[in-house]
Amino acid sequence: MLKTYSYPKFDFRLPTGAGGSKVPRYPAVVVGAGPVGMAAAIDLAQQGVPVVILDDDDTVSVGSRGVCYAKRALEVLDRLGVGDPVVNKGVSWNVGRTFFQSQEVYNFNLKPNADQKRPGMINLQQYYLEEYEIERLKAFDNVELCWKNKVVGVEPADDKVTVKVQTPDGFYTLETDWLIVADGARSPIRSMLHLDIDGKIFMDRFLIADVVMEAEFPPERWFWFDPPFHPGQSVLLHRQSDNCWRIDFQLGWQADPEEEKKPENVIPRIKAMLGDDRPFELEWVSVYTFQCRRMNEFRHGRVFFVGDCAHQVSPFGARGANSGIQDTDNLIWKLKLVMDGKAPESLLDTYSAERTWGADENLMNSTRSTDFITPKSKTSLTFRNATLNLARKHSFARALVNSGRLSVPCFYTESALNTPDRDAFAGDMVPGAPMDDASITVAGQDSWLLDNVGNKFVALVYAPDQAPTAAAELAGLPIPVTTIAVVPAGGKAPQGMTAFEDVRGTFAKTYDAKPGSTWLVRPDQHVAARWRSFDAAAIRAALARATCNA
Amino acid sequence: MSLITTPNFYKSGKRYFRDFSPNDDFYELLIDTHRDLSDEQSNMVNAKLILLLANHIGDMDVLAEALKAAREDV
Repeated sequence: MLKTYSYPKFDFRLPTGAGGSKVPRYPAVVVGAGPVGMAAAIDLAQQGVPVVILDDDDTVSVGSRGVCYAKRALEVLDRLGVGDPVVNKGVSWNVGRTFFQSQEVYNFNLKPNADQKRPGMINLQQYYLEEYEIERLKAFDNVELCWKNKVVGVEPADDKVTVKVQTPDGFYTLETDWLIVADGARSPIRSMLHLDIDGKIFMDRFLIADVVMEAEFPPERWFWFDPPFHPGQSVLLHRQSDNCWRIDFQLGWQADPEEEKKPENVIPRIKAMLGDDRPFELEWVSVYTFQCRRMNEFRHGRVFFVGDCAHQVSPFGARGANSGIQDTDNLIWKLKLVMDGKAPESLLDTYSAERTWGADENLMNSTRSTDFITPKSKTSLTFRNATLNLARKHSFARALVNSGRLSVPCFYTESALNTPDRDAFAGDMVPGAPMDDASITVAGQDSWLLDNVGNKFVALVYAPDQAPTAAAELAGLPIPVTTIAVVPAGGKAPQGMTAFEDVRGTFAKTYDAKPGSTWLVRPDQHVAARWRSFDAAAIRAALARATCNA
Repeated sequence: MSLITTPNFYKSGKRYFRDFSPNDDFYELLIDTHRDLSDEQSNMVNAKLILLLANHIGDMDVLAEALKAAREDV
């Protein structure tokens, strides 16, 4: 098979202090150098926390695997300093088309409101994302990325976690204050700790192929129900980087995975799909089944589960890696506050509460997509085909067509960290909402709202007529709150205040801003609270609530 | 009043942040209603469902339009 990518091979190393007579102790250890584990590590390193990453392998993901990265994950990657290489290398897209037999029946646009920095989605082979994260980690001198370090034992205690590690040089033991587990769907650590993960396996098999070819298909997601070239089943096509195309063929439960993977069986399927004699090369082929399930709790004392080890979804909707990156986005700022003694450990329970809520939404949406794509009974199939039939003509039926509801962040509307509204607001930026991006200028330079908030608590005040006198006091709190003015186009901030100029009015519209309106936003760019006027006492109370200090 | 063929699912008092959610809520309810039924039982459920909804709509012009739309392209 062709290779558009050469896999790096990383040298084995031990973390500093390991392997000697003394058991080393670290503040934080991450297990698993996949996209999610490394996102956690970068976030910790950015906050100044030394971090050891252990991975049992010595290279990046083999095969394209997680391909679609959604706007929200890209925004998190921007905050982590990896957004640009990922987006530059990836194929940006917003439009998805769904075909029934040979006719298009439905299309969607992930980003109808264009005044945001990032596209709805990019497609990029997982190994590139991992490569860029590894590169980013090199920028920190407090990170140790240790390949060929396989965790074989985990012993949690009240004040530490003891980890036994196997390497090419033998075994060693380390201790850590906190352990972040990102060891994937089969999670050896989950098994070592005898923790359950509940859900269901779907009785279907899918062939997944990376195909290298010159093709003129636009950068869109194309999904077929029952196409002439693969009757009775579904097919999904995605364009990736390097002229590499990802094709998924539904095979049915009876298919023999080993037979189906053979090039002599894969090639005719692709030829039938392309319908011509264009040359192509197979780069990678796999057959997969999937499960929809999650752990009951994502926090177990000093051990946190993030990404696939905590929750698995069907691939239709790209809600796997994307939600894993959101897990770390949620966890790390909380962990940092607890490490610094600025918040009680109960704040860490809200990681589990908020992210199991998110996982449930992802599970619900991906299960619904799966039920539509692979109907489980004759009646389900009839309804599915009736929907597709009506969709040609009627918009209500198009809205029912479900070929995957693509990853969007959840709204933590039920979170205990939110301060409920006391004032009336329109729009979606409710307490718990993931912030919508907007173009702004800062000191005359074009910029984006989400590039200028995050990593700390920020109070945004819209069109204040004077700088709030309590702003300095808020900035001096143990958990500081930075107060920033958002001003309408052409407006000026009161003296002494940083201003975001809402040049296109996007902020005012999206956030339903009126002069004096104030939002307290979290380090992970979720809205914690909002008011119609700047009220320092209310901000302090909301901050206390958002950090479990109330 | 004529037959509504634009998206129209909602639940009173429920706030939706994503356009697809009410549609998917309905579809799940529909498929769940048929869970564990034989094909014959499902056919009976579907027939009863049509009768119940037809009576709820009542307006014979709307019903005639729906019946016609359903028969197209089968």
